[in-house]
Amino acid sequence: MEQFFKDPSIYTLVRGPLVWLSFILFIGGMLYRVSVILKMAKEEKVIYPYLSLKYALRSLLHWLIPYGSISMKKHPWFTFISFLFHICLLLTVLFAPGHIELWKESWGINLWALSAKLGDYLTLVVLACLFLLLLRRIFQRDVSFLTSPMDYLILALVSMPFLTGFLSHHELLFDYRLMLTIHMLSGEILLILIPFTKISHMFLFFLTRAHTGSEFGAVRHSRDY
Amino acid sequence: MEFVRKEVNDIGIDETLRRVDETKIKKAIDWVLQKEASARLKVFVETCMRCGMCTTSCHHYLSHDNDPTYAPAAKVKQTIWDMIRKKGKVSKEDVKKYARIAFTECNLCRRCVQFCPFGIDIAYLISLVRRICCLIGVVPQYIQDQALSHMQTTNMLWFRQDEWLDTVLWLEDELRAEIKDARIPLGKRDAEILYLAHGLEAKYMTGLLTGMAKIMNVARVDWTMPDMDGWDYTNKAFYAQDHETLGKVVKTHYEVAFKLNVKRIVMGECGHAFRTGVYEGVRYLGWKDSPIPYIHGVQFFYELIRSGKIKIRKKIEEPVTVQDPCNIVRYRGMGKMIRYIVKATCENFIDINPNFEYNYCCSAGGGMIDAGPPWKMARIEGGKTKAEQIKDTGAKLVIAPCHTCHKGIEDLNQYYKLGVHVKFLTDIIAETMEIPEEMRP
Repeated sequence: MEQFFKDPSIYTLVRGPLVWLSFILFIGGMLYRVSVILKMAKEEKVIYPYLSLKYALRSLLHWLIPYGSISMKKHPWFTFISFLFHICLLLTVLFAPGHIELWKESWGINLWALSAKLGDYLTLVVLACLFLLLLRRIFQRDVSFLTSPMDYLILALVSMPFLTGFLSHHELLFDYRLMLTIHMLSGEILLILIPFTKISHMFLFFLTRAHTGSEFGAVRHSRDY
Repeated sequence: MEFVRKEVNDIGIDETLRRVDETKIKKAIDWVLQKEASARLKVFVETCMRCGMCTTSCHHYLSHDNDPTYAPAAKVKQTIWDMIRKKGKVSKEDVKKYARIAFTECNLCRRCVQFCPFGIDIAYLISLVRRICCLIGVVPQYIQDQALSHMQTTNMLWFRQDEWLDTVLWLEDELRAEIKDARIPLGKRDAEILYLAHGLEAKYMTGLLTGMAKIMNVARVDWTMPDMDGWDYTNKAFYAQDHETLGKVVKTHYEVAFKLNVKRIVMGECGHAFRTGVYEGVRYLGWKDSPIPYIHGVQFFYELIRSGKIKIRKKIEEPVTVQDPCNIVRYRGMGKMIRYIVKATCENFIDINPNFEYNYCCSAGGGMIDAGPPWKMARIEGGKTKAEQIKDTGAKLVIAPCHTCHKGIEDLNQYYKLGVHVKFLTDIIAETMEIPEEMRP
């Protein structure tokens, strides 16, 4: 933040104030969305009385463990790719060496870091997974029937920070500074958009599963996985 | 991939559409999507990642050679998403398509919900489409007629009170040829059990009611049936998502039970009626659970056999398989009880695959069979998966503890030449149980 006031430039803006802004909007937006939904659920009257912690957890567990549900077993490749994608994505976002430095610089916390090489590989895996998901969207008939332009846009949005992160690390295409600026900017845009696009499934997942898991387990005595 | 279907005419849909205008249509859509539906609609629509994990869970998709327009999420796309995208300003052609998808291409079986990574309740979303159609008045004629009958008589087939009493009296009379001094008590107060029947059992399928009465007499159950409206447990208004009539029917059932001061309500072998009796209707009336126990035929038979009130004389020998009805297995986990009863009454049981809550719908459920003759081929074609599943077991007898599954599978049997016959548990128990010496005439 101070850097920006001392030396105002796009680079310091993206590195300072915009990071704050994007985190505030990401967390604030997420809390806002969830609170609105929880309030709406109250109006519906058939959600809260039937919630069961045990069955909500049973449901979440089965769907968070790879191949924990029949559906996943029936789609082995898609499950493999999507788990790989989500795991590598989270690891890279949280523990990439560059990011670890930022955690330390701004919050003073020392996190375990991926090695530069591993970070690189994971980034490539994420990009490869995104590419495969794109191919699936285009060529698998039932999925392409469901797809709208927004779905492609989301794939592009998610791939941008990874692509630019990789390019900046290897000083490819543009000068390091410029590429890093684009990298940070694309990450910030993505962060801000999470609560307001389909990427919000990262937290809505827990709400829908809690409801359906409880309904299936506690009320209907059957399995939802 | 386009939505291509053979033209089918249904007065209930086509005639209404001739009369209504787009303003009324928009009003109904806005009412349901903005006023009646709330958190679930919003979250389900926004969370769907269009991943296609639900696709192969649907028997309609599988039975129609993997036509993407039959996939569960695709049905939501072509209805709910379409209405949201057009902000309710849809054409009559659109509504015709919505009605066709919601009433004749989805059984509300909820199998897709088990295959969705987010647990999105697709059947709920399709039932919202039905609700919209219902408010516009665009509902298959046969379903409309039955719902109207429920509205006025509480039974599904315009049966009058005196006809009901008369029917039970002659059934009782006939039963005495088999069981000495058999009784079908009507309107008896303080009985243990209030038994409700399927509407058809009073008219075309009286043998089933006789079978049940026989079991009640042999097991020496303290029971009664209503001597007033409310004897028919069916609730066809559910198919139209006519919540008001649905609630009225369920309310009548509980009122009859309170009036007669019984301890429990027992119903026969039916899926949707159980679903409305313990879930939809009860919730609509503002109760969390049924105010007095509401027991399904399967649960009741399980009790009778386990407690030894019914003893089996001679088991059925031919190879037998079962149909797990969605509304009592996926919706109430009765799969094990069904198998307990079947194993107690049949020598040679072959399980179906997939089974229990993963079983495929019979393709007649959720009102598809009630949509009547115009839509018969829709369910027959959608039931190809079911037919193959039954064929694979090699069984000669299919036990279907649900009226809809029963009739649906009978039709599949005829069309796909499966060479099986279909029976209710009531049939099987009445046929195989031991009748004590002193009860024989």
